[in-house]
Amino acid sequence: MATSHAEATHHSALQHHFDNLEQQREAGSIGMWVFLVTEIMFFGGLFMAYLLYRYKFPGGFVAGSNHLDVVLGGINTVVLICSSLTMALAVYFAQTGSRRNQIIFLVLTMILGAAFLVIKGSEYAEKFRDHLFPSTGFRWEAALPAGTTVQNVQMFYWIYFAMTGLHALHMIIGLGCLAFLVYYAYRGRYTPEYHAPVELTGLYWHFVDIVWIFLFPLLYLLGRHLEAGH
Amino acid sequence: MSEHIVSKKVYFVIFGALMLGTLLTVVAAKVDLDGLFHGANTVVALTIAVIKATLVVLYFMHVRYSTRLIWVVVVAGFFWLGILFVLTMSDYLSRDWWMRVTPVP
Repeated sequence: MATSHAEATHHSALQHHFDNLEQQREAGSIGMWVFLVTEIMFFGGLFMAYLLYRYKFPGGFVAGSNHLDVVLGGINTVVLICSSLTMALAVYFAQTGSRRNQIIFLVLTMILGAAFLVIKGSEYAEKFRDHLFPSTGFRWEAALPAGTTVQNVQMFYWIYFAMTGLHALHMIIGLGCLAFLVYYAYRGRYTPEYHAPVELTGLYWHFVDIVWIFLFPLLYLLGRHLEAGH
Repeated sequence: MSEHIVSKKVYFVIFGALMLGTLLTVVAAKVDLDGLFHGANTVVALTIAVIKATLVVLYFMHVRYSTRLIWVVVVAGFFWLGILFVLTMSDYLSRDWWMRVTPVP
Protein backbone atom coordinates (compact mmCIF):
# COMPACT_ATOMS: atom_id res chain seq x y z
CA MET A 1 0.00 0.00 0.00
CA ALA A 2 2.79 2.40 0.96
CA THR A 3 4.65 1.88 -2.31
CA SER A 4 1.53 2.16 -4.48
CA HIS A 5 0.66 5.35 -2.60
CA ALA A 6 4.09 6.80 -3.33
CA GLU A 7 3.78 5.90 -7.01
CA ALA A 8 0.26 7.22 -7.23
CA THR A 9 1.10 10.65 -5.84
CA HIS A 10 3.44 11.18 -8.76
CA HIS A 11 0.84 10.35 -11.38
CA SER A 12 -0.07 13.35 -13.54
CA ALA A 13 -3.81 12.49 -13.50
CA LEU A 14 -4.04 12.70 -9.69
CA GLN A 15 -5.93 15.78 -8.50
CA HIS A 16 -4.30 17.50 -5.56
CA HIS A 17 -7.30 17.09 -3.24
CA PHE A 18 -7.10 13.27 -3.29
CA ASP A 19 -4.59 11.21 -1.32
CA ASN A 20 -4.05 8.73 -4.13
CA LEU A 21 -5.50 7.46 -7.41
CA GLU A 22 -7.44 4.73 -5.60
CA GLN A 23 -9.33 7.30 -3.52
CA GLN A 24 -9.89 9.46 -6.60
CA ARG A 25 -11.32 6.53 -8.56
CA GLU A 26 -13.61 5.52 -5.69
CA ALA A 27 -14.91 9.08 -5.28
CA GLY A 28 -15.62 9.26 -9.02
CA SER A 29 -17.60 5.99 -8.96
CA ILE A 30 -19.71 7.12 -6.00
CA GLY A 31 -20.38 10.45 -7.71
CA MET A 32 -21.47 8.68 -10.89
CA TRP A 33 -23.76 6.34 -8.95
CA VAL A 34 -25.39 9.25 -7.14
CA PHE A 35 -26.04 10.80 -10.57
CA LEU A 36 -27.48 7.49 -11.80
CA VAL A 37 -29.81 7.38 -8.78
CA THR A 38 -31.22 10.74 -9.86
CA GLU A 39 -31.63 9.23 -13.34
CA ILE A 40 -33.51 6.27 -11.83
CA MET A 41 -35.88 8.81 -10.25
CA PHE A 42 -36.14 10.74 -13.54
CA PHE A 43 -37.24 7.65 -15.47
CA GLY A 44 -39.12 6.46 -12.37
CA GLY A 45 -41.71 9.20 -12.79
CA LEU A 46 -42.47 7.96 -16.30
CA PHE A 47 -42.61 4.33 -15.16
CA MET A 48 -45.05 5.50 -12.49
CA ALA A 49 -47.23 7.15 -15.16
CA TYR A 50 -47.10 3.93 -17.18
CA LEU A 51 -48.13 1.82 -14.17
CA LEU A 52 -51.02 4.11 -13.29
CA TYR A 53 -52.48 4.44 -16.79
CA ARG A 54 -51.97 0.80 -17.65
CA TYR A 55 -54.03 0.00 -14.57
CA LYS A 56 -56.67 2.54 -15.56
CA PHE A 57 -56.87 1.76 -19.30
CA PRO A 58 -55.88 -1.93 -19.72
CA GLY A 59 -57.75 -2.33 -23.03
CA GLY A 60 -56.22 0.75 -24.64
CA PHE A 61 -52.72 -0.27 -23.57
CA VAL A 62 -53.06 -3.81 -24.93
CA ALA A 63 -54.41 -2.50 -28.26
CA GLY A 64 -51.62 0.10 -28.59
CA SER A 65 -48.91 -2.30 -27.43
CA ASN A 66 -49.90 -5.08 -29.83
CA HIS A 67 -49.69 -2.59 -32.69
CA LEU A 68 -45.96 -1.97 -32.07
CA ASP A 69 -43.42 -3.94 -34.12
CA VAL A 70 -42.15 -6.63 -31.73
CA VAL A 71 -39.48 -7.78 -34.24
CA LEU A 72 -37.86 -4.33 -34.44
CA GLY A 73 -38.17 -3.95 -30.66
CA GLY A 74 -36.55 -7.34 -30.14
CA ILE A 75 -33.72 -6.59 -32.57
CA ASN A 76 -33.08 -3.34 -30.73
CA THR A 77 -32.91 -5.21 -27.42
CA VAL A 78 -30.26 -7.54 -28.87
CA VAL A 79 -28.35 -4.59 -30.37
CA LEU A 80 -28.31 -2.79 -27.03
CA ILE A 81 -27.17 -5.85 -25.06
CA CYS A 82 -24.36 -6.36 -27.62
CA SER A 83 -23.38 -2.71 -27.16
CA SER A 84 -23.23 -3.25 -23.39
CA LEU A 85 -20.87 -6.18 -23.95
CA THR A 86 -18.60 -4.13 -26.23
CA MET A 87 -18.66 -1.26 -23.70
CA ALA A 88 -17.71 -3.65 -20.86
CA LEU A 89 -14.85 -4.96 -23.04
CA ALA A 90 -13.73 -1.39 -23.80
CA VAL A 91 -13.46 -0.82 -20.04
CA TYR A 92 -11.57 -4.11 -19.72
CA PHE A 93 -9.04 -3.05 -22.35
CA ALA A 94 -8.66 0.36 -20.71
CA GLN A 95 -7.92 -1.40 -17.41
CA THR A 96 -5.41 -3.74 -19.02
CA GLY A 97 -3.81 -0.97 -21.06
CA SER A 98 -4.54 -2.01 -24.65
CA ARG A 99 -5.04 1.25 -26.53
CA ARG A 100 -5.83 -0.43 -29.85
CA ASN A 101 -8.50 -2.80 -28.50
CA GLN A 102 -9.93 -0.03 -26.37
CA ILE A 103 -10.52 2.13 -29.45
CA ILE A 104 -11.92 -0.82 -31.44
CA PHE A 105 -14.49 -1.64 -28.78
CA LEU A 106 -15.43 1.99 -28.16
CA VAL A 107 -16.09 2.40 -31.89
CA LEU A 108 -18.06 -0.86 -31.99
CA THR A 109 -20.19 0.42 -29.10
CA MET A 110 -20.83 3.63 -31.04
CA ILE A 111 -21.82 1.70 -34.17
CA LEU A 112 -24.28 -0.47 -32.19
CA GLY A 113 -25.67 2.59 -30.42
CA ALA A 114 -26.18 4.34 -33.77
CA ALA A 115 -27.84 1.19 -35.19
CA PHE A 116 -30.28 1.26 -32.28
CA LEU A 117 -31.18 4.87 -33.04
CA VAL A 118 -31.64 4.17 -36.76
CA ILE A 119 -34.04 1.30 -36.02
CA LYS A 120 -35.86 3.41 -33.43
CA GLY A 121 -36.09 6.25 -35.96
CA SER A 122 -37.63 3.95 -38.58
CA GLU A 123 -40.23 2.88 -36.01
CA TYR A 124 -40.99 6.51 -35.20
CA ALA A 125 -41.34 7.35 -38.91
CA GLU A 126 -43.85 4.55 -39.31
CA LYS A 127 -45.87 5.76 -36.31
CA PHE A 128 -45.93 9.35 -37.64
CA ARG A 129 -47.02 8.09 -41.05
CA ASP A 130 -49.89 6.13 -39.46
CA HIS A 131 -51.00 9.17 -37.41
CA LEU A 132 -50.19 7.45 -34.15
CA PHE A 133 -48.23 10.34 -32.68
CA PRO A 134 -50.41 11.68 -29.84
CA SER A 135 -51.71 15.02 -31.09
CA THR A 136 -54.87 16.48 -32.59
CA GLY A 137 -54.17 14.39 -35.70
CA PHE A 138 -54.18 11.08 -33.79
CA ARG A 139 -56.09 8.42 -35.67
CA TRP A 140 -56.93 4.85 -34.67
CA GLU A 141 -58.81 2.72 -37.16
CA ALA A 142 -58.36 -0.77 -35.74
CA ALA A 143 -61.02 -2.42 -33.58
CA LEU A 144 -61.04 -1.70 -29.85
CA PRO A 145 -62.24 -3.90 -27.00
CA ALA A 146 -65.51 -2.93 -25.31
CA GLY A 147 -65.19 -0.02 -22.90
CA THR A 148 -62.00 1.23 -24.55
CA THR A 149 -61.79 4.58 -26.32
CA VAL A 150 -59.35 6.04 -28.82
CA GLN A 151 -58.21 8.40 -26.05
CA ASN A 152 -57.09 5.37 -24.02
CA VAL A 153 -54.91 4.18 -26.90
CA GLN A 154 -53.62 7.71 -27.36
CA MET A 155 -52.49 7.68 -23.71
CA PHE A 156 -50.48 4.56 -24.45
CA TYR A 157 -48.78 6.28 -27.39
CA TRP A 158 -48.14 9.38 -25.31
CA ILE A 159 -46.27 7.26 -22.76
CA TYR A 160 -44.56 5.25 -25.53
CA PHE A 161 -43.15 8.38 -27.18
CA ALA A 162 -42.20 10.03 -23.86
CA MET A 163 -40.35 6.99 -22.51
CA THR A 164 -38.62 5.86 -25.71
CA GLY A 165 -37.90 9.50 -26.61
CA LEU A 166 -36.19 10.18 -23.28
CA HIS A 167 -34.32 6.90 -23.65
CA ALA A 168 -33.20 7.83 -27.18
CA LEU A 169 -32.02 11.23 -25.91
CA HIS A 170 -29.86 9.40 -23.36
CA MET A 171 -28.44 7.24 -26.16
CA ILE A 172 -27.52 10.35 -28.16
CA ILE A 173 -25.77 11.86 -25.12
CA GLY A 174 -24.01 8.51 -24.62
CA LEU A 175 -22.78 8.56 -28.22
CA GLY A 176 -21.35 12.06 -27.60
CA CYS A 177 -19.49 10.80 -24.52
CA LEU A 178 -18.15 7.83 -26.52
CA ALA A 179 -16.89 10.12 -29.28
CA PHE A 180 -15.02 12.08 -26.61
CA LEU A 181 -13.52 8.82 -25.26
CA VAL A 182 -12.44 7.62 -28.71
CA TYR A 183 -10.59 10.92 -29.27
CA TYR A 184 -8.75 10.81 -25.94
CA ALA A 185 -8.10 7.06 -26.17
CA TYR A 186 -6.52 7.73 -29.58
CA ARG A 187 -4.35 10.39 -27.94
CA GLY A 188 -3.28 7.72 -25.42
CA ARG A 189 -4.69 9.46 -22.36
CA TYR A 190 -6.08 6.38 -20.63
CA THR A 191 -3.76 4.02 -18.79
CA PRO A 192 -4.28 1.12 -16.35
CA GLU A 193 -3.73 3.69 -13.57
CA TYR A 194 -6.10 6.33 -14.93
CA HIS A 195 -9.18 5.55 -17.03
CA ALA A 196 -12.03 6.91 -14.93
CA PRO A 197 -13.84 8.53 -17.91
CA VAL A 198 -14.05 5.14 -19.67
CA GLU A 199 -15.26 3.40 -16.51
CA LEU A 200 -17.87 6.09 -15.70
CA THR A 201 -19.20 6.34 -19.27
CA GLY A 202 -19.53 2.55 -19.09
CA LEU A 203 -21.74 2.90 -16.00
CA TYR A 204 -23.92 5.41 -17.83
CA TRP A 205 -24.17 3.24 -20.94
CA HIS A 206 -25.17 0.15 -18.93
CA PHE A 207 -27.77 2.22 -17.07
CA VAL A 208 -29.38 3.23 -20.37
CA ASP A 209 -29.33 -0.46 -21.34
CA ILE A 210 -31.18 -1.34 -18.10
CA VAL A 211 -33.90 1.22 -18.87
CA TRP A 212 -34.46 -0.50 -22.22
CA ILE A 213 -34.47 -3.96 -20.56
CA PHE A 214 -37.63 -2.75 -18.78
CA LEU A 215 -39.11 -0.71 -21.65
CA PHE A 216 -39.06 -3.61 -24.10
CA PRO A 217 -41.38 -5.97 -22.17
CA LEU A 218 -43.54 -3.16 -20.79
CA LEU A 219 -44.18 -1.41 -24.11
CA TYR A 220 -43.88 -4.21 -26.69
CA LEU A 221 -44.70 -7.50 -24.99
CA LEU A 222 -47.34 -7.20 -22.27
CA GLY A 223 -50.71 -8.18 -23.73
CA ARG A 224 -49.24 -10.15 -26.65
CA HIS A 225 -50.89 -13.33 -25.37
CA LEU A 226 -54.29 -11.68 -25.92
CA GLU A 227 -53.65 -11.13 -29.64
CA ALA A 228 -56.18 -12.56 -32.08
CA GLY A 229 -55.41 -16.12 -33.08
CA HIS A 230 -54.16 -17.15 -29.65
CA MET B 1 -8.20 -2.13 -2.13
CA SER B 2 -7.12 -1.93 -5.72
CA GLU B 3 -9.39 -1.99 -8.73
CA HIS B 4 -10.89 -5.39 -9.51
CA ILE B 5 -10.64 -6.31 -13.17
CA VAL B 6 -13.55 -8.50 -14.26
CA SER B 7 -12.36 -11.21 -16.65
CA LYS B 8 -13.57 -11.36 -20.25
CA LYS B 9 -15.03 -14.79 -19.55
CA VAL B 10 -17.40 -13.35 -16.93
CA TYR B 11 -18.55 -10.69 -19.42
CA PHE B 12 -19.29 -13.32 -22.08
CA VAL B 13 -21.21 -15.54 -19.63
CA ILE B 14 -23.35 -12.58 -18.51
CA PHE B 15 -23.90 -11.60 -22.15
CA GLY B 16 -25.12 -15.15 -22.88
CA ALA B 17 -27.48 -15.02 -19.90
CA LEU B 18 -28.89 -11.66 -21.08
CA MET B 19 -29.48 -13.02 -24.59
CA LEU B 20 -31.18 -16.11 -23.16
CA GLY B 21 -33.37 -13.88 -20.97
CA THR B 22 -34.38 -11.81 -24.00
CA LEU B 23 -35.35 -14.91 -25.97
CA LEU B 24 -37.24 -16.30 -22.98
CA THR B 25 -39.20 -13.09 -22.40
CA VAL B 26 -40.30 -12.92 -26.07
CA VAL B 27 -41.39 -16.58 -26.11
CA ALA B 28 -43.17 -16.32 -22.73
CA ALA B 29 -45.05 -13.20 -23.85
CA LYS B 30 -46.79 -15.11 -26.67
CA VAL B 31 -47.99 -17.95 -24.44
CA ASP B 32 -51.26 -17.35 -22.61
CA LEU B 33 -50.39 -17.86 -18.94
CA ASP B 34 -53.66 -16.41 -17.63
CA GLY B 35 -54.71 -20.01 -16.90
CA LEU B 36 -52.25 -20.08 -14.00
CA PHE B 37 -53.53 -16.83 -12.48
CA HIS B 38 -54.66 -13.51 -13.88
CA GLY B 39 -51.63 -11.37 -14.79
CA ALA B 40 -49.15 -14.26 -14.82
CA ASN B 41 -47.64 -12.97 -18.11
CA THR B 42 -46.84 -9.64 -16.45
CA VAL B 43 -45.20 -11.33 -13.47
CA VAL B 44 -43.05 -13.54 -15.74
CA ALA B 45 -42.00 -10.60 -17.98
CA LEU B 46 -41.06 -8.41 -15.02
CA THR B 47 -39.23 -11.20 -13.19
CA ILE B 48 -37.04 -11.81 -16.25
CA ALA B 49 -36.42 -8.06 -16.63
CA VAL B 50 -35.41 -7.71 -12.96
CA ILE B 51 -33.01 -10.67 -13.24
CA LYS B 52 -31.44 -9.18 -16.41
CA ALA B 53 -31.10 -5.76 -14.79
CA THR B 54 -29.53 -7.29 -11.68
CA LEU B 55 -26.94 -9.12 -13.80
CA VAL B 56 -26.04 -5.88 -15.60
CA VAL B 57 -25.71 -3.96 -12.31
CA LEU B 58 -23.65 -6.64 -10.55
CA TYR B 59 -21.26 -7.61 -13.34
CA PHE B 60 -21.21 -5.06 -16.20
CA MET B 61 -21.39 -2.19 -13.70
CA HIS B 62 -18.98 -3.96 -11.30
CA VAL B 63 -21.17 -3.43 -8.23
CA ARG B 64 -20.45 -6.96 -7.04
CA TYR B 65 -16.78 -6.00 -6.70
CA SER B 66 -17.40 -2.50 -5.34
CA THR B 67 -17.17 -1.09 -1.84
CA ARG B 68 -20.01 -1.15 0.70
CA LEU B 69 -20.59 2.56 0.18
CA ILE B 70 -21.49 2.00 -3.49
CA TRP B 71 -23.79 -0.87 -2.48
CA VAL B 72 -25.62 1.50 -0.13
CA VAL B 73 -26.06 4.14 -2.86
CA VAL B 74 -27.38 1.58 -5.39
CA VAL B 75 -29.75 -0.16 -2.96
CA ALA B 76 -31.05 3.18 -1.65
CA GLY B 77 -31.79 4.29 -5.24
CA PHE B 78 -33.96 1.27 -6.02
CA PHE B 79 -35.55 1.36 -2.56
CA TRP B 80 -36.71 4.95 -3.16
CA LEU B 81 -38.06 3.92 -6.56
CA GLY B 82 -40.11 1.30 -4.69
CA ILE B 83 -41.43 4.01 -2.35
CA LEU B 84 -42.48 6.04 -5.41
CA PHE B 85 -44.51 3.14 -6.82
CA VAL B 86 -46.00 1.75 -3.61
CA LEU B 87 -47.07 5.00 -1.99
CA THR B 88 -48.44 6.51 -5.21
CA MET B 89 -50.43 3.41 -6.11
CA SER B 90 -51.75 2.91 -2.58
CA ASP B 91 -53.05 6.47 -2.75
CA TYR B 92 -54.70 6.18 -6.17
CA LEU B 93 -56.21 2.75 -5.52
CA SER B 94 -57.82 3.90 -2.29
CA ARG B 95 -59.51 6.89 -3.93
CA ASP B 96 -63.00 6.07 -5.09
CA TRP B 97 -63.32 9.04 -7.46
CA TRP B 98 -60.30 8.04 -9.49
CA MET B 99 -61.39 4.44 -9.93
CA ARG B 100 -64.99 5.43 -10.66
CA VAL B 101 -64.43 8.05 -13.39
CA THR B 102 -65.15 6.41 -16.73
CA PRO B 103 -63.80 7.85 -19.96
CA VAL B 104 -66.15 9.84 -22.20
CA PRO B 105 -67.51 7.46 -24.87
